[in-house]
Amino acid sequence: MSSVENLPLAALQPSVEQERMRAARRRRVGFCLALLGVALVAPLAIYPVFLMKLLCFALFACAFNLLLGYAGLLSFGHAAFLATGGYVTGYLLSQYSGLSTELGILAGTVASGVLGLGFGLLAIRRQGIYFAMITLALAQLVFFVYVQAPFTGGENGLQGVPRGHLFGLIDLSSNLAMYYFVLAVFVFGFAVIQRTIHSPYGQVLKAIRDNEPRAISLGYNVAAHKLLAFVISATLTGLAGATKTVVFQLASLTDAHWHMSGEVILMTLLGGVGTVLGPLVGAGVVVTLQSYLSNGPLGDWVHVILGVIFVLCVLLFRAGIVGWLRKLVRRNFK
Amino acid sequence: MKLFQKTASAILVSSLIAGAAQAQVSDDEIRIGYLADMSGTYRDLAGPGGLEALKMAVEDFGGSVDGKKIVLFNADDLNKPDVGANTVRQWVDEKNVDMVTGLVASSVVLAAVKVVEQADKLALISGAASSGITNEYCSPNHIHWTYDTYALANGTAKAVLAGGGKSWYLLTADYAFGHAMEADISKVVKEGGGEVLGSVRHPFPSTDFSSYVLQAQGSGAQVVALANAGADTVNALKTASQFGVTQSGQQLAGMVVFLNDIHAMGLEVTQGLKLTTGWYWDMNDETRAWAKRYHARFGSMPTMAQAGVYSATMHYLNAVKATGSDDTKTVRAKMAETPINDMFAKGGKIREDGRMVHDMYLVQVKTPAESKGEWDLYKVLSTIPGDQAYRPLADSQCKLVNKVAKN
Repeated sequence: MSSVENLPLAALQPSVEQERMRAARRRRVGFCLALLGVALVAPLAIYPVFLMKLLCFALFACAFNLLLGYAGLLSFGHAAFLATGGYVTGYLLSQYSGLSTELGILAGTVASGVLGLGFGLLAIRRQGIYFAMITLALAQLVFFVYVQAPFTGGENGLQGVPRGHLFGLIDLSSNLAMYYFVLAVFVFGFAVIQRTIHSPYGQVLKAIRDNEPRAISLGYNVAAHKLLAFVISATLTGLAGATKTVVFQLASLTDAHWHMSGEVILMTLLGGVGTVLGPLVGAGVVVTLQSYLSNGPLGDWVHVILGVIFVLCVLLFRAGIVGWLRKLVRRNFK
Repeated sequence: MKLFQKTASAILVSSLIAGAAQAQVSDDEIRIGYLADMSGTYRDLAGPGGLEALKMAVEDFGGSVDGKKIVLFNADDLNKPDVGANTVRQWVDEKNVDMVTGLVASSVVLAAVKVVEQADKLALISGAASSGITNEYCSPNHIHWTYDTYALANGTAKAVLAGGGKSWYLLTADYAFGHAMEADISKVVKEGGGEVLGSVRHPFPSTDFSSYVLQAQGSGAQVVALANAGADTVNALKTASQFGVTQSGQQLAGMVVFLNDIHAMGLEVTQGLKLTTGWYWDMNDETRAWAKRYHARFGSMPTMAQAGVYSATMHYLNAVKATGSDDTKTVRAKMAETPINDMFAKGGKIREDGRMVHDMYLVQVKTPAESKGEWDLYKVLSTIPGDQAYRPLADSQCKLVNKVAKN
């Protein structure tokens, strides 16, 4: 009898919960659409190549955030995926002139995904600092392969990669056409990440992040979930690297260096780890600072200023810029 | 006869008028971009000092060429090719920059010159080392001014060989750059009747050189050559000094070493090292006078890369003045037909592959006892004539080199 009495209440509760989630999703979608609107008109005001760079790094940081923010895995080897995407795409596009741009990018992305699978299979067996160290070691291995391999051009890098034609039709040598293509790539990557985070799979990932033993005891195959997250992250990082190579028409060792792995951690933490927009904001801040400081009279101080900002961020708002803003909004407007 | 003179002068005048009509300066300004590593490894080689040298050149020109103002832009490439390429692209797209100079790390330079070539502007490279810049990567839009790895390695190897160093041991950085240099040195040594006893390759970059230096010592070679660059060379030299390589009778030959490296390491560590340089401040009255002015402004003595920025910019501005135009092809042609005679080079000339060929100098680092001041670091042993120092056009892979002339 008691179960019958409780029924209406039980049926009511999820609908309240659902309503709340729906509202949250509406807000999120609305916000993303507004951002997209800004992105569509942005090249009219800001130099498109700079915007493209920003988008590539934002995608890179978002992919990294999927791993760190939602699976709780700190990878210190993401530069390897960025570089692999870049080199494979760059090499294919410059060797086979008939290849259309999107196929080149696809090849680079897949190559990164495969490399991510290899890395993941080895690295997810360990946790915490050991996981980070294994990814770093593997990435260094990849770095030295790229230093030596003849197709990367070693220190000189891969130069003069043609931007080519999208679908064999649209000429990407114009910055504006290129920009909208990069924007489309970014939106695709971002959507994949959003879908992953908000799917049941994403919920399991969060559960693993928060309490791994409990997730195991609930019967989830934790290793497989982590591996999948790692591969998705590596693949999207490869997509960012491949796109970046096409934008700048070059691939270089800078992308493979462990500094790059560090930079993406900086971007993610600065913006707010585990937030949807955090990596975007973080990438924006870091790339903009690098770009504008290097052109200004404070050029010599780029690294110092970034370092100070990072220290302040860790000391004052540990949730990152977006995390901090979110807290501020919650406290004052609800 | 009079008629002939009249006709001749009429032709002359009309051609001058035609020339003047063609000549023009875009935006009524001569815009120069300075791109270099301002905050990283190569900061002291070119960096802010090179910018100072550029400013000196502009000021020596009075800040304008025939009333057209000279405007400078500068940026830090952070040693990242994408940052460098992006900056240059923005300069040519948005600011319509006519010429880019500085240009240090080879990877950044190769990325930047691609952009410059696409936009049909001019790049005057002073800081970069790679000889590939005017070989397989040559273009009509850039000129490599100060030095390159071929000249440094060849110059040093030949001179040390001539000085009696017949048996060699090579310490090579294990990547394309080191391999290429190893091949260059081995070729010179074998052709000169010497022999390479062995070589060891170290990862790039390395910090611990003790095992490699011990192998070099154990080889019994007369000469230990460092086929590496930058921080690797510095670390290798420090280790060699700790292990007493020179004291035990072996000669050290550095391939890519700069004045600022020697100054930073000190004479105690580097004494006796033989190396090739494109320029040294203490060579004659002209170099000393310029270096003194530079020192007064900047507080250190100029490296060859910084002096090269000044020389290249002056030559460029002179060509702009002579042609009354900042059109790339016009200026490039004028620069090539005018020999370079300034404090940097005597009788220097720009080849079709973009290589500025000038005399190089074999120097030896002084001992602390010989040195009379903070910057009194080198003694010049000999001059290597330009046509012997640089890669002959016959060996060039550059697409711009006339194939007939090659044979």
